[in-house]
Amino acid sequence: MRKIIGIILLIIIAWGIIISLQKIPFGTSRAKVADYYINNGKEETGAANIVTSIVVSYRSFDTLGEVTILFLAAIGLGAVLATIKRKEERKTEKASLILFTGCRFLFPPILLFGAYIFIHGHLTPGGGFQGGAIIASAFVLMYLGCHDKKKINETGSIISESLGGLVFVVIGLIGLAVGAHYFLNNFLPKGEFNTLLSAGIIPIIYIAIGFKVGAELSKIIDLLMEES
Amino acid sequence: MILIVTFLVIAMLVAAVSAYFFHDLLSAVIASCMVSLIASALFLFLHAPDVAMAEASIGAALVTAVFVIAIRRTKRYEE
Repeated sequence: MRKIIGIILLIIIAWGIIISLQKIPFGTSRAKVADYYINNGKEETGAANIVTSIVVSYRSFDTLGEVTILFLAAIGLGAVLATIKRKEERKTEKASLILFTGCRFLFPPILLFGAYIFIHGHLTPGGGFQGGAIIASAFVLMYLGCHDKKKINETGSIISESLGGLVFVVIGLIGLAVGAHYFLNNFLPKGEFNTLLSAGIIPIIYIAIGFKVGAELSKIIDLLMEES
Repeated sequence: MILIVTFLVIAMLVAAVSAYFFHDLLSAVIASCMVSLIASALFLFLHAPDVAMAEASIGAALVTAVFVIAIRRTKRYEE
């Protein structure tokens, strides 16, 4: 009975969404702001990836808010789980040799791929959040495959997490002091378009975000695994 | 192209509905992981690789891991 009511409610919600989406004219003409970003984004920010130029340059203050939300979520989870007492060690089956070796073999390439994603955030798709999440998924693999052997270095994770946030805010404040005097002003030279060392502060901020997000998400997984 | 997208959307719908009906919660989690994975492929077809990457790494990998850990801590089967 409950499931049927749930399905009926879902159908009603889907119908409402369809009705309201039909009123929006998709793909006709771009709004003024989007038009401005697409036409002037390349010259103003120097980033080849327009999504990055919006996320880290035009809307970088929002990105700072997002990073703060993730930080608060990690802190809240840590505070909730710290009150629960740890149970006695549960017996876990040892992973087979193939699984163990496969995990250890795949771990470094996944880390490298995540680092590539956030270092090249201003050139290719992806960025700090995606790269950080990929790094955290490497840690998930490590925990699931051979979690009796490896553990996150706690000090390292705390240091990279705090340093990432600090670099973000300090670069924003330097931008406030130098040049055009607004928060997260792109004060560094733009460099040659479509090369690794271009787009001013964008790669630096994305590397900081990548470290921060990767450390936070893998810390969340670490906390949850420790409690279970 | 349109055939691939249609197939993906139908598979996504099947996975979503079966995630609702499974009594084995682990299977339900895997089905919802499949929904995320197909959504990420569809984002790629819509020329949004940034979103596809975020969906694949967070929606398919991390959220599934968190759910699996939660199931390990509680019960696997629904009454």
